[in-house]
Amino acid sequence: MAMTRTETKARAGLDAETLRLMYRHMLRSRLLDERLWVLNRQGRAPFWISAEGHEAVQVAFGMNLKPKYDWVAPYYRDLALTLVLGMTPKDHILSVLQRAADPNSGGRQMPAHYGCRRLNIITTGSPVGTQLLHATGIALASRMRGEDAVTLTSIGEGGTSEGDFHEAMNFAAIHKLAVIFLVENNGFAISVPWQKQMPTQDVADRAKGYGIPGVIVDGCDAIACYRTAREAVKRARRGDGPTLVEAKVLRLTSHSSDDDQRRYRNAADLEADKERDSLHRFKATLEELGVLHPGDAEELRSELVLELDRATDEAEVSPFPSADTAMLHVYSETGD
Amino acid sequence: MPQKSYIEAIRDGIREEMRRDDRVMILGEDVGAKGGVFGVTEGLQKEFGEWRVLDSPLAESLIVGVAIGAAMNGLRPIAEIQFQDFIMPAVDQIISEAAKIRYRSNGDWNVPMVLRSPFGGGVHGALYHSQSIEAIFAHIPGLRVVVPSNPYDAKGMIVAALRDPDPVLYFEHKRCYRAIKGEVPDGEYTVPLDRARVVREGEDIAIFSYGMMVHASLEAGDRLAADGFSCEVVDLRSLRPMDRTAIVASASKCGKVLIVQEANLAVSVASEVAAIIAEDCFDSLDAPVMRLGGPEIPAMPFSPPLEQFYLVTPDKVEAKLRELAAY
Repeated sequence: MAMTRTETKARAGLDAETLRLMYRHMLRSRLLDERLWVLNRQGRAPFWISAEGHEAVQVAFGMNLKPKYDWVAPYYRDLALTLVLGMTPKDHILSVLQRAADPNSGGRQMPAHYGCRRLNIITTGSPVGTQLLHATGIALASRMRGEDAVTLTSIGEGGTSEGDFHEAMNFAAIHKLAVIFLVENNGFAISVPWQKQMPTQDVADRAKGYGIPGVIVDGCDAIACYRTAREAVKRARRGDGPTLVEAKVLRLTSHSSDDDQRRYRNAADLEADKERDSLHRFKATLEELGVLHPGDAEELRSELVLELDRATDEAEVSPFPSADTAMLHVYSETGD
Repeated sequence: MPQKSYIEAIRDGIREEMRRDDRVMILGEDVGAKGGVFGVTEGLQKEFGEWRVLDSPLAESLIVGVAIGAAMNGLRPIAEIQFQDFIMPAVDQIISEAAKIRYRSNGDWNVPMVLRSPFGGGVHGALYHSQSIEAIFAHIPGLRVVVPSNPYDAKGMIVAALRDPDPVLYFEHKRCYRAIKGEVPDGEYTVPLDRARVVREGEDIAIFSYGMMVHASLEAGDRLAADGFSCEVVDLRSLRPMDRTAIVASASKCGKVLIVQEANLAVSVASEVAAIIAEDCFDSLDAPVMRLGGPEIPAMPFSPPLEQFYLVTPDKVEAKLRELAAY
């Protein structure tokens, strides 16, 4: 049943254009993700670590930030977030194929170690949790210059067991820095379930210990994610300090292409997760709201697949880095 | 030219650079109202305010991790680790992050951060206020590791470190703070971060050293001079990168080499200097390369006889020099 624009706004609190864009971002990330899995399974890419099931909250935050002005210290599942901020499918295919033109690292790092200076996405390594302190330092610098830039940093629930999580939240809260700590809680740190990671069900509870808001959002509900993101960003931007946001998301794939989650998760749960997939749920909602019309999703999918095909073709003919570049960028070559 | 102590020289360098460049800020434990446990940052919070001289919570990973983030967003932070012994919780941030950020981003990002920390023993500091663990960091490409031995270098190198686009670990021997005085010009100058310096020229034995041990080497060298042996004393100043050219020049010239450090010897700075000489000076050597350093025990004990047993003193350097001279 189609609804008027006013009715849509009342239901979702968001205009149709925003909702459509949100769906587009989510679908684009999912299709890219699926393509990267295919490249891996075809033996053309040695590794992939997926964002499938995490897209809604990443897109919600990405859309509420000002790219190139705000800052992001992401973690390895933030594929959708980087796309919303301006990175492209081709960028990430280049990375998965280890090509010199990969803007994240020039083929130096494993895939999903995101970074792009042009977009204020800081470079990320593999140790878990270190980026939370970088985000806090970035926010400190913004604060000292009197800027209202917001810094978003993210991590899985497993990473919240690291000491840097506490140290960052504590410092950001002391100085009311404009940092958002986004915990994408998919319930598993590789194979270890949340029950063996923490004694309480909700990471958000820990916000109390720092005197800051701790918000839980259903990461399968894109509209709820958008509202939560908007509020956290507003709060940070007006100088009211950090927010801890815990999004309960799904890990629809194994931890990485080197993992098989069927070894430690039961089949019924995996099937149930597929039913809860935010992408399908959001599509159904948008169709119900009349934001997406019959055929819209399919048309969008065709358009995005075409983009992916082109990106894959271009990336595959892009050269590998030459061995003699391995000694570059240890220190500044120019002194600045 | 005014005489300054080593600690005053570091402070002068920081203060002058903070006046010139408002991106420079300090983050560390007790750096504010107290001015640091040794007094390096005394008076700086009063002049520059609480943000630019910021007392951190008691969390070393935080101090370095926040400094890295601030550096990536345009500041020139000085992260102060109160004692080198307490740097361990920050090692992930130093080695996994600061050292690798330029490399792993293919030159897209860099970390213009200075990490200052006092090291060394002989101050009744026992196991956890006396260590010399600079070799851990000198092993890591992507870091610069420097150790000034005198007030002139202390000021010039802290200013150079603050202008360097990469992470610089600036280690201060805590016995130098008040014991070592020297001429320090007023106003702006820098000392290169990658050059050793011949502190005293000589012909017979080349002594390579850094930090407080440069002074023990000079004193021991004086005692041999009375007997007609001339020692060339080289202050390494930079442990990474190491000034290979200077090391090879002095070792080749003298033909006999002693390397002196306070740290224990296994897999250390002295090991690397000895390796460079073995590789490049084989034909010039008149004696085996000798090394003098701390014993292979976990750290410096508290009680005076135990502490003295650990320390490298001018007497111990002299004994080793005589052994080498007689070879």
